[in-house]
Amino acid sequence: MENTKKHGFSYAKYGYLFSIPFVVIFLIFHLYPTINTAILGFTDCKGLGNTTWHFLQGDIFRNFKTVLASDTFRLALKNTLVLWIVNFIPQMCLALLLTAWFTSRRNKIRGQGFFKVVFYMPNIITAATVAILFNALFAYPKGPVNDLLVSWGILENSFNFQVSQTAARLTVSFIQFWMWYGYTMIILISGVLGINPEIFEAAEIDGANNWQMFWQITIPNLKTIMIYTLITSMIGGLSMYDIPKMYLAGGPNRATTTVSVFIYDQAFAGSYMYNRAAAASMILFLIIAACSAVVFYMMRDKD
Amino acid sequence: MSRLHSRKENPVVKTLIYIVLIFLTILSLFPFVIMVVNSTRNTPEIQTHAVSLIPSKYLLQNWAVFGGKTFNPGRGFMNSFIISAGATICTVYFSTLTAYALVAYRWKMRDAFLTLILCVMMIPPTVTSIGTYQFMYKIGMTNNLLALIIPAIAAPSSVFFMRQFMLASLPLELLDSARIDGSKEFRTFNQIAMPIMKPAMATQAIFCFVNSWNQLFLPSILLTRNELYTMPIMVSQLKGDIYKVEYGAVYLGLTLTVLPLFIIYFALSKYIIAGVALGGVKG
Repeated sequence: MENTKKHGFSYAKYGYLFSIPFVVIFLIFHLYPTINTAILGFTDCKGLGNTTWHFLQGDIFRNFKTVLASDTFRLALKNTLVLWIVNFIPQMCLALLLTAWFTSRRNKIRGQGFFKVVFYMPNIITAATVAILFNALFAYPKGPVNDLLVSWGILENSFNFQVSQTAARLTVSFIQFWMWYGYTMIILISGVLGINPEIFEAAEIDGANNWQMFWQITIPNLKTIMIYTLITSMIGGLSMYDIPKMYLAGGPNRATTTVSVFIYDQAFAGSYMYNRAAAASMILFLIIAACSAVVFYMMRDKD
Repeated sequence: MSRLHSRKENPVVKTLIYIVLIFLTILSLFPFVIMVVNSTRNTPEIQTHAVSLIPSKYLLQNWAVFGGKTFNPGRGFMNSFIISAGATICTVYFSTLTAYALVAYRWKMRDAFLTLILCVMMIPPTVTSIGTYQFMYKIGMTNNLLALIIPAIAAPSSVFFMRQFMLASLPLELLDSARIDGSKEFRTFNQIAMPIMKPAMATQAIFCFVNSWNQLFLPSILLTRNELYTMPIMVSQLKGDIYKVEYGAVYLGLTLTVLPLFIIYFALSKYIIAGVALGGVKG
């Protein structure tokens, strides 16, 4: 790196020069819209295709208060957390189990490449397509899932998965789980492969069994990667939109309305309340930032 | 080391593991098998037995249902392709260039710039969509595919990935000898640094293309004219009333949107899995 200065000539200006396209586009298309969203939260901007607005008179936080007091928003926040947690915990557990199996030094599993490809596949498929496919699969009374459950004798009659609130929530969580456990597994496996094999060998010599090695060596060494997965999954999960919106449009009876679905419905349907949608976006942003900060803090504390 | 007790295999455990793995394989594939098979069956067949592994002969009839409706697979494919290809080229080229600025040169704002990139990586796009929509509306870029392509020039997570790769694989001495040979800085980037970055660029290209292809939220608010609809927007139309009784056509529509992804995935799965393992994609 010492060679950026040669022949009495500084190359530093090229660092700035080559960053210009990124910076310009970032300022115009990313930073400005972000600030714009924050500003709109304090205005009276609403109505289809409206670009003129004024700051709120009197109580400048009115939109934020309206959103926070709204039943639907509170329910949406609760739904978002429930849908994410119910998918993340089993997702992490299954991914850890598969990681333990695939990296086991005792039981060599054949066909790992094939299994990885198949388990990861749902992740690259358009979420909108997946949601509508599951909508068709869980159709009542004659969808494929009901068809199987009845013909195998598990259910006596078809069950309407899309009218029951609990079933709808579980289905959305299941879809998220199904799309993401393969991804988490691959990340964790690459983490395990990064652990120095001599640690495992030493443990084997000391007579440690698989179970002990997993809990005493693998898990502690995977901590950073697990926290990375936790944060990225949390950010994705808290802004979850495609699956709940496309599966049952946030229903039945708002049971799968997430915060992002709420934002969309406020801004682009009904009375086009851009100001409230913007306020809700900022609240979501603060929640995500706070959660990430807490996780980061917890990680830093223990190191 | 004592090989005696470390290499013992337990056949019962191993069988159980394979049973679980095969179950998960079926779980991953079953929805797509049903989707493809049912796209060749008609509504009465699907209503009597929704699950079948034997294709029927109604593929063309199902295709005919799309005639004259908003679901136009050809046009959707083109729109999605233009957006995804454009965004991919922008992201890959400019992320490599920005990473090069961060790695090859030492400048005052460099570390601050990197921190900014790391922070921005964390903001989900849904959160800023209202401001984006209002801004695009004001400058007249709604219903314009470029609105989804040009912002891809600034892709923080891609820059970060490129930087990590470049730190490990771009020898700075190489740049120095190019300078001694009289190569201009921009040419050095294009002709010496870029070829070395090819594997990383390919990984990023795959993920950028797939992510862009799958996007729904932003395209669905920015593109409101039928002829600009992307594949995911068209898929969302399949839930509409006109397809209520056309089960086979819905499955066919879904199959058509997934087809390009399947082709990309199974042709490049080795690189995709390796790319995920490198952390090349954000969850």
